[in-house]
Amino acid sequence: MMHSITKGNRFRLAFAGWWIVWIIVHAWVVHSYGAGLLQGFTEAILCNILLAAGCLLVANNMKYYLPQRERYWYILIMGLVLSALWLFITKTMLKLLFGADELYLALLNNSSTIRFVIGFLMLGAMAVMSILWYTLQEQQEANKRKEEAEKMTKDAELFKLRQQLQPHFLFNSLNSISALAGSQPEKARHMIHQLSDFLRGTLKRDEQQAMTLKEELRHLALYLDIEKVRFGHRLQTDIRVSAQTESLHIPALLLQPVVENAIKFGLYDTTGDVMITIHAEQREGQLQISISNPFDEETAVSTQGTGFGLASIQRRLFLLFARHDLLHTGRQQGIFTTTLVIPQYQYEGNHH
Amino acid sequence: MKAIIIDDESLARGIVREYLQQYPDIDIVQECADGFEGVKAIQQHQPDLVFLDIQMPKITGFEMLELIEQPPAVIFTTAFEEYAIRAFESHAVDYLLKPFSKERFDKAIQKWRQQNPQEQREHTRQLINAPGLTPHHPGRIVLKDNGKIKIIPAAGIHYLEAADDYVKIVTAEGYFLKNKTMAYFEQALDPQNFVRIHRSYLINIQLISRIEPYEKDSYLAVLSVGMKLPVSKSGYVRLKQVLGI
Repeated sequence: MMHSITKGNRFRLAFAGWWIVWIIVHAWVVHSYGAGLLQGFTEAILCNILLAAGCLLVANNMKYYLPQRERYWYILIMGLVLSALWLFITKTMLKLLFGADELYLALLNNSSTIRFVIGFLMLGAMAVMSILWYTLQEQQEANKRKEEAEKMTKDAELFKLRQQLQPHFLFNSLNSISALAGSQPEKARHMIHQLSDFLRGTLKRDEQQAMTLKEELRHLALYLDIEKVRFGHRLQTDIRVSAQTESLHIPALLLQPVVENAIKFGLYDTTGDVMITIHAEQREGQLQISISNPFDEETAVSTQGTGFGLASIQRRLFLLFARHDLLHTGRQQGIFTTTLVIPQYQYEGNHH
Repeated sequence: MKAIIIDDESLARGIVREYLQQYPDIDIVQECADGFEGVKAIQQHQPDLVFLDIQMPKITGFEMLELIEQPPAVIFTTAFEEYAIRAFESHAVDYLLKPFSKERFDKAIQKWRQQNPQEQREHTRQLINAPGLTPHHPGRIVLKDNGKIKIIPAAGIHYLEAADDYVKIVTAEGYFLKNKTMAYFEQALDPQNFVRIHRSYLINIQLISRIEPYEKDSYLAVLSVGMKLPVSKSGYVRLKQVLGI
C-alpha cells in the first residue's frame, strides 16, 4: 500500500504554514496597490483557500493515477485548466463582494495575468512534488517485491537440494553396506555400485528437463533395488508399462518423490510384506501413472493432516502445466494410490 | 548381561550382532523389528541394555520407551542426526549415528559399563521426560491401556486434565491416563492447537464453541462436545493470543 503524500503531520504542518504565510504576503501586496485592509485579507483568504484545495486535489489525483508517459504534458494541461478555473471562480466571487468599489474592480481586472501565473506555478509545483513522492514510493515497493521474489527463489532452491539429497536414505544405505561388508563383501560391493549409479543419476538430472518414462523407470529401479537390499524379502515391486508408453515424456525427478512417499508409508511405517505397484498407460494422448502402496490404517490416522506429503508434487505440476487436476489420491482397503497425469503436448515435435 | 536389539532393518540388527561377538558376557536374548515387539520383549526379558532405532513402523523408539515402566539402559542407533544430539549428550548412555564404526561402538559399550544401573535408569527416565528434546509426532499420543498399546491422534483429544501424578487424556471414547506432567504435554502437543487454559487443563482449541465470563478475572470455556472448563486469568491471556483476539 502506498503512503499518501497528504497523510502525516509533517506535511500538514508545512502545508498549513505555507498557506498562512502566503495569505499574509498576498494581503500585503494587494493592500500596497491601494485596496483596503479588509478587502486585502478577504481576497487573500478566499483565493488561497481555494488554491490550497486545488493543490490537495492535484496531490490526491496523483495518488490514484500516476502518469507514466507524457507526464509533463499532463502537468501542464492540468495546471492550465485548474488555474483558469480558479481565476474565474475567485474573480466572480470578488466581483460579487466588492463590485461597488471602482478602484478595486480596476485592480482586479488589471492583475488577471499575474494571478493566473501564480496559480499555475503553485499547482504545477504541487503536481511535480506529488509525482516525485509517488514515483519514489513505487520504486521502494518494487524493490521490496524484488527482494521477496529473490528470497522465495532461494528457498525453493534449498528445498530442492534437500529433496534431492535424502540424507536418511543415504546413511541407512551406507549402514547396510557396512553390515554386508563383514559377512558378504561381494554383495556390499554390488550395493556400492547401485548406490553410486543412483546418486549420479540424481545429481545429473535437471528438474526443468523432460525424460522418457523408460529413463525415469531405469533410475527408479536402482532406488528400489537398494531398498530391496535393505529390507530383503519384505519389499516386492510390480512395474507394468507397455512398450509404447515407455517413449512418452515426464518431467525429471517427478516420479521419484511419489515412489519415495509410497516407500515411506508402505515400507518404513508397516511391518510384514509390502507390494509397491507402478502402472503406466497412455490415455487420450496423456501419460497416466498409478503408484500404490499399502499403509497401516492404525498409525496412519495421525499422518492424515500432512496429506501424505504430496503437496510439493502438486505444486510442481501446477508450475509446469498450470493445472491443478493432475494429481489424484485415493485409499481403499489399506491401499493408498497416487495417480499422476502428464500431458504430452509440450513434448510433441521434440522427438529425437 | 542381557541385551535386546530393536531395529526394523535386519542388516542394521546384523551389524550390532556382529560387533557384539567380541563381548561374550553380553547375550542377545531377542531381536525385534518394531516397537510393539520391543515393548513385549523388554517386559519379558528385563534386559540390561537395549540397542534402539528411532524411526520404526507403528511407533518410534521414543514412544516405545514411554510405554515401559522401568526403562533399561539404552544405546540409540539411528541415521537421524537432527533428532537428539543434545539429548544424548547428557541423558542416554550413547547415541550411535549410522553408519558407525567398531571403535565408536566399543566406546559406547565402555560408557555403558562405567555407569551403574541406578544411574542408567535415571538417565533414561530423564531422557523420556524431557519434552522438546525427544522426537515425536506432535500429532499423536502413544500410551498403554489395559496392557494394549493405543495410539491417540491429537485431533481426537478433547482436553487433558491434571490428576496427581498422572494426566487424564479425555477423548470421545472416554479417558486414558498417562504418567507424565502437564508441562510435558504442553510442549509435546502443537501449541497452535492445545492451550493451557488453567493449571489443571490443557484444551484442544478446535473444540471451543464459546468463552463465558464466570467470576472476577476468570472465565469458562464451553466445548462443542458439551463440557465447561475453567479458564484462569493467565490462561485467558494465552488463549486470546493463540486465537488472535
